[in-house]
Amino acid sequence: MDYSNFLTMREELSLIAVMVILLVYDLAASKKALRYFQPVACVLFGIHTLLNIVPGAAAESFGGMYQYTPMMGIVKSILNVGTLIVLMQAAGWLRREDTVHKRGEFFFLTLTTLLGMYFMISAGNFLFFFIGLETASIPMATLAAFDKYKRQSAEAGAKYILNAVFASGISLYGMSLLYGTTGTLYFDDMPVAVTGSALQIAAFVFFAAGLFFKISLVPFHLWTPDVYEGAPTPVTSYLSVISKGSAVFVLMTIFYKVFAPIAAQWQGILYGVIVVTITLANLFAIRQKNLKRFLAYSSVSQAGYIMLGVIGGTAMGMTSLVYYVLVYMVSNLAAFGVIGAIENRTGKLTFDDYNGLYSTHPKLSLVMTLAMFSLAGIPPFAGFFSKFFIFAAAAEQGYYVLVLIALLNTIISLYYYLLVVKAMFINKSDAPIGAFRSDNYTRISLAACSAGILLLGILSVVYDRISLFAYGM
Amino acid sequence: MNFLSLFVLVPVLMTCAMFLCRNMRQIRAAMMTGASALLALSVALTFMFLGEREAGNAAEMLFTADAVWYAPLNIHYSVGVDGISVAMLLLSSIIVFTGVLASWKMSVLPREYFGWFSLLSIGVFGFFISTDLFTMFMFYEVALIPMYLLIGVWGTGRKEYSAMKLTLMLMGGSALLLVGILGIYFHSAPEGGQLSMNILDIARNRIPMSAQYLFFPLTFVGFGVLGAMFPFHTWSPDGHASAPTAVSMLHAGVLMKLGGYGCFRVAIYLMPEAANELSWIFLILTGTSVVYGALSAIKQTDLKYINAYSSVSHCGLVLFAILMLNRTAMTGGVLQMLSHGLMTALFFALIGMIYGRTHTRDIREMGGLMRVMPFLGVCYVIAGLASLGLPGLSGFVAEMTVFVGAFEHTDTFHRVFTIVATTSIVITAVYVLRMVGKLLYGTVQNKEHLALTDATLSERFSVVTLILAIAGLGMAPLWVSDMINSSLLPVVEQLMR
Repeated sequence: MDYSNFLTMREELSLIAVMVILLVYDLAASKKALRYFQPVACVLFGIHTLLNIVPGAAAESFGGMYQYTPMMGIVKSILNVGTLIVLMQAAGWLRREDTVHKRGEFFFLTLTTLLGMYFMISAGNFLFFFIGLETASIPMATLAAFDKYKRQSAEAGAKYILNAVFASGISLYGMSLLYGTTGTLYFDDMPVAVTGSALQIAAFVFFAAGLFFKISLVPFHLWTPDVYEGAPTPVTSYLSVISKGSAVFVLMTIFYKVFAPIAAQWQGILYGVIVVTITLANLFAIRQKNLKRFLAYSSVSQAGYIMLGVIGGTAMGMTSLVYYVLVYMVSNLAAFGVIGAIENRTGKLTFDDYNGLYSTHPKLSLVMTLAMFSLAGIPPFAGFFSKFFIFAAAAEQGYYVLVLIALLNTIISLYYYLLVVKAMFINKSDAPIGAFRSDNYTRISLAACSAGILLLGILSVVYDRISLFAYGM
Repeated sequence: MNFLSLFVLVPVLMTCAMFLCRNMRQIRAAMMTGASALLALSVALTFMFLGEREAGNAAEMLFTADAVWYAPLNIHYSVGVDGISVAMLLLSSIIVFTGVLASWKMSVLPREYFGWFSLLSIGVFGFFISTDLFTMFMFYEVALIPMYLLIGVWGTGRKEYSAMKLTLMLMGGSALLLVGILGIYFHSAPEGGQLSMNILDIARNRIPMSAQYLFFPLTFVGFGVLGAMFPFHTWSPDGHASAPTAVSMLHAGVLMKLGGYGCFRVAIYLMPEAANELSWIFLILTGTSVVYGALSAIKQTDLKYINAYSSVSHCGLVLFAILMLNRTAMTGGVLQMLSHGLMTALFFALIGMIYGRTHTRDIREMGGLMRVMPFLGVCYVIAGLASLGLPGLSGFVAEMTVFVGAFEHTDTFHRVFTIVATTSIVITAVYVLRMVGKLLYGTVQNKEHLALTDATLSERFSVVTLILAIAGLGMAPLWVSDMINSSLLPVVEQLMR
């Protein structure tokens, strides 16, 4: 065996190194030394992020099983940054008495799912892809059930695993049909054999359904609000940005490459899915009282917007999608960071609890406002730019009606995002959430997210850089 | 660094300064410095512009600057002004300046108030200097969103309802607008050519007729919502009535002009063929605005509602004039923007001052105020007379030009609608005189009102500035109208194409 094959897997290897070090540290260190676990873990992961931030040259190994393109490198870096922020935001929750002994497990499981996502992204073969998918899914269920003494958390874990397994099963069925009709599992060899026969369309639908589950597009979104509500907040934020971000990218690359010959069919399917997803999720989001459930529906609708980047099948679509994922990540993590900080101290999670928050927590309120405005697509914040580009990508291919529907939906979404702002700034409360000082990890992560929201749009360098490596169908 | 970019930079600095200010004195100092700087800049710009034109510089846009922003989409940050933008910048800076003076005594969360106020100004000034569709649209939306908090937090009455209604309706308009802009962008060059967001470039390339038919209505309605075009005007009365004084001033005075300016600069200038073909639909709508707004104003009892409906009527006239698609009427339309901006700001400032003293805006509960506060009373009469078009004040110049231009059309359709629109002059006189008579003359309704005091120094300063501008425009309109008229040439040439 040629071991140099492993060298193309630089990012995976360095992540595994981090995981092993942390595992050993957690096992071997004395109780006193374990106090430094959180900073050490964050620093190690930060080093891993920095080491891999410059995308390398395109390569493949294991006969095309594993593939690497600079675009994949960029997406992995984006996921790394997001994960780092999540790990930092988890500090307050992990320091609690009921979780502190499980801190090592949290890091190990989280990084395992990340490794699974790396595999999914870099897969060049359906088998490899499936291994990645499972590696990313199963530890996630454990994470969702992390606060196991809480009924909701345990329920979230059960719901997640059942849904994930079901989705994987359906996806696997689709893959097997594809294998049956094309005789190959390699992404590169498949397009020539994809002719658009009825069986292949069915195979595509099954396969896509599995990924739609992961991204939580309607009608496969039903698990989302319950799991998001029940899971511990850092896990929820991880699910909503990292897990979703990797899945949409994978979906796009596979659609672009493997299913290019049946583009007309999947574009039609995607059209319907986008319209239904955005509209339904928005209508449900309006009625939510719990902020985590609310953000769950908001993230479902955001997933619908992200799909606008896929439907055109162009390089511009790919650029916009990756950029959108990045912007959505910083905005959503800012929102979850605030929610997590407040939940951790006070356990409060509903809209009514946030009434008058500005009087006691001006900074947290401002960050939350930034996040809401960015999610709603208000300039000069980054969300405006990402929405504009993703709409432009769809309009480029003539989907004007779809863009109009999506845009009218942004008005609905603006309404509910403004409800959060209204609660914090306008509504009066007799007993607003008391003042407290959030820990340094939260402060740094929120500052990073705010900087991202403010600068990612105004400075065009990130978008330009992504567009260098984008490709179309 | 281009001279024009200072118009964006100054409000940005004002916004940042609000984070640093510690007390009311510092806030006032920072805001006053910024607002004066903007005023000085726009006056300087006017003189520079006139100087350049005098020297024979006939370029369509002056003081242009251009920097690539998003290269993959050919989006630029490009700025430039013609006579119309100069006039609009002058108007905006006057209103921002007087708006700061009018909110001198803001006591609830002043830092945040002025912070959002400055953010709003960034949008307004940025919009008028942009010549790139993307940048323009971005600034347009920057100007819209602070309204939500400004009305929601600092407003009066049904403020939460009004704030939400205003924000959602305007954002709905901008949703249509965005589709329009994307449509323009993707048809801005023939197949395979370099697409462009630059307004001047797009105007040189003809957009295909089929695309124009699709995107002209979207763009026009998108901007028309902000221009309070019937039936999308309903946000305006509620929003203006609930907003705090300075915000009403800025919103009715400047923000609604963004709608008119956009209709003309984007919709009509870039899609002239569709404008020629479809203008009749919008003429019916805007004609309705003019008359309907005026009639509604008669029925109102709340001072702010009266003025808000009168704004619907006057802003309807702006769009009405622009849709006449000839040079005279369009000049009148821009003059009407200036004139309405100034006088509606004056109205809202005065209403704010009166409300601050009497704590009611219901005209049935007030009367004889002329005796109690003669300064404010006289100013109110002047504002009223400007509104109903007294010669010598700005309203007359604007309306006169609009209707002269409108009568240049000889076909029945235009004649009928012009005559219908002219009736608004009479209706305006009805509600203005009724309001002035009820409010200022007669006996004092409430004995407590006898103890009220007249305007303070900062209030007087703000009111006098506006009155001087209104009178200046009314007495010496030619330099402005010449500046506007010469800048309209490219638009008219487009329409003749």
